[in-house]
Amino acid sequence: MLTQSATNVIENNTFNFPILSLIIFIPLIGALVLMIPGLFKNQAIRVFTLAITVLDFLVGLTLLFGFDSNSKYQMQFAEHIEWIHAFNVNYHVGIDGISLLLIQLTTVISMVAILAGWSSVQKRLREYHIMLLILQTGTLGVFCVLDLFTFYIFWELVLIPMAIIIGIWGSDNRVYAAVKFFLYTLVGSVLMLVGIIALYFAHQNLGGGLLNGTPYGGFDWFVLKGDAPQFDRTFQDLIFLAFTGAFAIKVPLFPFHTWLPDAHVQAPTAGSVVLAGTLLKLGGYGLLRFAVPLAPQGARDFAPLMIALALIAIIYGALVTLMQTDLKKLVAYSSVSHMGFVVLGIFIGTQQSVDGAVLQMVSHGLLTGGLFFCVGIIYERLHTRDISAMGGMAMRMPIYAGLFTVLMLGSTGLPGLSGFIGEFLVFIGTFGTNPWVAAIASVVIIISAFYLMWMFQRVVWGPAKPSSANFPDLRPWEGVGLVTLVLLAVAMGVYAAPLFNVLQQPDHAIFTALTTNGTELLAWMRHLLP
Amino acid sequence: MHDYIWLIPVLPLLGFIINGVFGRWIPANLKLPAAYLATLLVGTSFALSIATFFDVLNGGSFDTQGYPLIQSGNFQVNINFYVDQLTAIMLLVVTSVGFLVHLYSIGYMAHDTHEHPNDHGLLRFFSFISLFVFSMLMLVLADNFVQLYIFWEAVGLCSYLLIGFWYTTNNVNREGKQFDISPRAAGVKAFVTNRIGDFGFSLGVMLIFWNFGSVAYSTVFDQAASGNIHWQFGNITWICFLLFLGAMGKSAQFPLHVWLPDAMQGPTPVSALIHAATMVTAGVYLVARAHPLFALSPNMLVAVAIIGTVTAILGATIALVQNDIKKVVAYSTISQLGYMFASLGVGAIVAAIFHLATHAMFKGLLFLGSGSVIHGMQPTGVENPQDIRTMGGLRRYMPVTFWTFLLAALANAGIVPLAGFWSKDEIIGAFYSAGMDRNAAYFVFWALLTFTSFLTAFYMFRLVFLVFFGEPRWKLAPATAAATSGLSVAAVADAHSTASPEGTHDAPGTQGATAHDGGHGETHDPHESGWQMALPLVVLAVPTVVLGFLIGWPPEAGPIYTFLSKSTTLGVKISDEAANGPTTQTSILLVFATIVAIAGIALAYMMYGRRSNLAQRLGTQFKPIYNLFLNKWYFDDLYQWAIINNVRRLGTALWWFDANIIDGAVNGVAGLVRVSGGGLRKVQTGFVQGYALAIALGLVVLISYLSIIAFSNIH
Repeated sequence: MLTQSATNVIENNTFNFPILSLIIFIPLIGALVLMIPGLFKNQAIRVFTLAITVLDFLVGLTLLFGFDSNSKYQMQFAEHIEWIHAFNVNYHVGIDGISLLLIQLTTVISMVAILAGWSSVQKRLREYHIMLLILQTGTLGVFCVLDLFTFYIFWELVLIPMAIIIGIWGSDNRVYAAVKFFLYTLVGSVLMLVGIIALYFAHQNLGGGLLNGTPYGGFDWFVLKGDAPQFDRTFQDLIFLAFTGAFAIKVPLFPFHTWLPDAHVQAPTAGSVVLAGTLLKLGGYGLLRFAVPLAPQGARDFAPLMIALALIAIIYGALVTLMQTDLKKLVAYSSVSHMGFVVLGIFIGTQQSVDGAVLQMVSHGLLTGGLFFCVGIIYERLHTRDISAMGGMAMRMPIYAGLFTVLMLGSTGLPGLSGFIGEFLVFIGTFGTNPWVAAIASVVIIISAFYLMWMFQRVVWGPAKPSSANFPDLRPWEGVGLVTLVLLAVAMGVYAAPLFNVLQQPDHAIFTALTTNGTELLAWMRHLLP
Repeated sequence: MHDYIWLIPVLPLLGFIINGVFGRWIPANLKLPAAYLATLLVGTSFALSIATFFDVLNGGSFDTQGYPLIQSGNFQVNINFYVDQLTAIMLLVVTSVGFLVHLYSIGYMAHDTHEHPNDHGLLRFFSFISLFVFSMLMLVLADNFVQLYIFWEAVGLCSYLLIGFWYTTNNVNREGKQFDISPRAAGVKAFVTNRIGDFGFSLGVMLIFWNFGSVAYSTVFDQAASGNIHWQFGNITWICFLLFLGAMGKSAQFPLHVWLPDAMQGPTPVSALIHAATMVTAGVYLVARAHPLFALSPNMLVAVAIIGTVTAILGATIALVQNDIKKVVAYSTISQLGYMFASLGVGAIVAAIFHLATHAMFKGLLFLGSGSVIHGMQPTGVENPQDIRTMGGLRRYMPVTFWTFLLAALANAGIVPLAGFWSKDEIIGAFYSAGMDRNAAYFVFWALLTFTSFLTAFYMFRLVFLVFFGEPRWKLAPATAAATSGLSVAAVADAHSTASPEGTHDAPGTQGATAHDGGHGETHDPHESGWQMALPLVVLAVPTVVLGFLIGWPPEAGPIYTFLSKSTTLGVKISDEAANGPTTQTSILLVFATIVAIAGIALAYMMYGRRSNLAQRLGTQFKPIYNLFLNKWYFDDLYQWAIINNVRRLGTALWWFDANIIDGAVNGVAGLVRVSGGGLRKVQTGFVQGYALAIALGLVVLISYLSIIAFSNIH
């Protein structure tokens, strides 16, 4: 049995209140209430779900006031409840700055997602909103949890509702996309489960593990992080691969990305918004929180490979995006390119690059989530995603066009919007480790401007077509959703200092694992520079 | 001004917010006042810039703290406001031209009915140019390279938005054939070409950070001056090369010049403000600002001089044969920017900055004058109001435009004593001195640039004679008009294919003008523009004439040298010549330059001022060269063929690879599993709900099982 004093040095909870559990489970409680037959009907279901997500957002904001940027504790707002004593399984949550930002992103994206489906989803309304709420609980759980067993449950909790959302409320080929999404990510999850179990037994082999003289669980993140350097190299390599398998699929990292375009194209708008807005971040977060700290030597060994794959994803993703004729597929492929920066930043492992990776995740959630919202708005009016059928939206829907412009520009990495901060930091951090890698990655600022502006020129500019003659401009819910994302993207772009405040207490495990080591195999390139 | 310096950029930003964010809710009768308000705000910035100028007139500089933007480890970026002598000049140029262009635009854009009535074109336009003025001011006020880069991109954004301002225009002729790039495509082309430069610029900034440990000018320049740099990556030449790549993109230098002529698809006030006076000179500003770095890399300076000289010749030769009034002025801009870079390359920084300032005035005036001509030509009902072949004799119809345009043309041609003469002569003279003192090879540059100034005088007065002199040609059929204008046979041949229908090419107020003229078919003579447009012309004519006298005589003793020598980073020293008075060499060069310019004008008069078929004969005789110039040295075609097509091919190939190989492998594995697991097929219902249910049940079972074990193990 763990004493409270054992964890005092590494985590605290200034609120003395299970605030994280509240945030995690508010959506689930909402889902349970929705399940009561006959309580809500039609519009009331939407309003209730929106109210739940707004409530969760507001409760989530309290974290910003309680969070101490200069805290000596690694994890804050921690909660620790014993669950299964025999296996040392605990319900253990706690957050640092990285989690904090991603929690805020999740609650915002969840609100916007409800608005994105406000008018477009008509069938099985109750089940649809239940799925979205469960999804939110799962996502928030992953961002908070510090126990691998509980982590796995939350991780799987995300997978099921998402697959169902694609499979039931999706487009024509939805079942194929849902099965592909489900099986693909399940394969990764199973690998990770094997890794988790292996870590558990490895911990037992080390003698059960002690934390400040007290026996402590084999699923606990703190414990395993402490154990990790003692595991032998082969074992660490395997653990790293097992975890990274799951996370690389989720990010998605080249060559595990082909489920993404299918899932996005088939998913309903809200599904795409959540998928791009928060789900992909589970992969990046997993790498940062679990894969690297729990197998530092493994991360070191595979860093060059991860960097190479990230570079391929960045450039290859951008080039493939260039040729897309389906608007939604175009935005989906651009995600492959943008999320490549997250992996690159993490495995370069310098302060700037990791800060950049985290901020790129937040920014990508806002911008690409917003872009998928924009795609959905056109689709709902035009009933096609074919770019050649579009044109002149600026004339029909000027407010929409204005907001679309900001999101598109943000996605090209334009300074003043959120995309620049993350991208540029990843570049800066990477450059200090290996200039050539940074130079290759930087090419994307040319290609991304090309594909996004070319798309924009054909969709929003140009003469309007007769088919769009009666298109209404943004309806109130669409306006509120998009304006929220745009305002956040602008705020983050022009005044990013608070975000750095939150991130100034980095998890040193990440840096000690990777700094200067991500370059071992690539160091030979450096002598090419005169 | 130290504490209020932030007002200078923030006032135009306010104009952007009022017109851009809230413009939609401004009632129709207050739209024009809103545009005037934006103008007034920029005007106030101009007044504050004058105050700032006097702050640093007697030397010194100041750096007002703004706020921190990025703080990641030792990578710190602040948004600050730094003013030294160079900044002060840039502030004056940007706010003065910015203010006048705002005013001019009220007249030029007021009747713009290009768009849907629900889309408020006027305020959208004003919001964009106010945003541009803000961004440009923040760019010159930066005290570090990242802030410079941030607003470097921001001015590029405004340029993109304003080039594509008329976003529905297709530029097709009666046969439905595209005859020129559409404004929206031109916007994309401008932005993407600039991004190629910015790719280099951003890498240059990273190189600076990792070698100097900071991106702040003061730290970087101090270290560069002391020579105490701990090189981690690359060397000074790499830094300068990468920064210069950015400058080449923004300032349309060879081989990244291709976007600027197409940028003329934007409204003409935009061409004056962004694509002549201010934004395109940002590259010159960058190289001048980073002088302490460039000074350490003599090789790079020679490269800058070469690129500048090549660009000067390239732009001038293409300008010789263009038939679109704005295209002629645009290629002239490219050419003059080339002069500025050549000047930087040879180390004549003062001359470069001086030419930047005078060029902003006379080229801004030329563009605004062109806009006035285009505006005035619209009532005539010609197919393309920008085609100089359908103009002629306009001096009688538009006297204010004519006289101011003539002054600007004289300045651009380099006729004594106008502003352009002094500044350009300084540049050419610097190469002569370098040839005498340093290396005889500099005489080659000197000769080339002198020949280019002959071409400059020629193409400027070709324009003046064709537009303002001779007989009016707008009532004639296009072919006849071209023949009468004395243009070559080849030009006549393509007259039909390049003429635009219904004046949609650059046609502000086309519909308004048509309505005013009482319907189709009826045409009127050109008219002079209203006061909002005429006043900026007259005001800009003043510096066009007098600004040159800032150079003083001898130049090195004049006010401009004295002022800029007070800057600590430009490295300007008052030379011996100042003490000894003007040398005979300086005087001879002045006379020679004047003769060259007058010769150019004389040739233009012989070919276009008098009735003559000389132009036609030359065009026929030297057809290959004529075609080379007319087709812009085939750069666009080369890039299309060598780069764009190949990138497309690569993208197509990778897409195929993605769909068939990578995804094929995924589906192949899935298929293999399905075949081998044939016995389980009955279990596979094919519905995802089924799978989901199975997993959910499995999880429930797993958790229950573990819980049972857990509880049974308690005691």
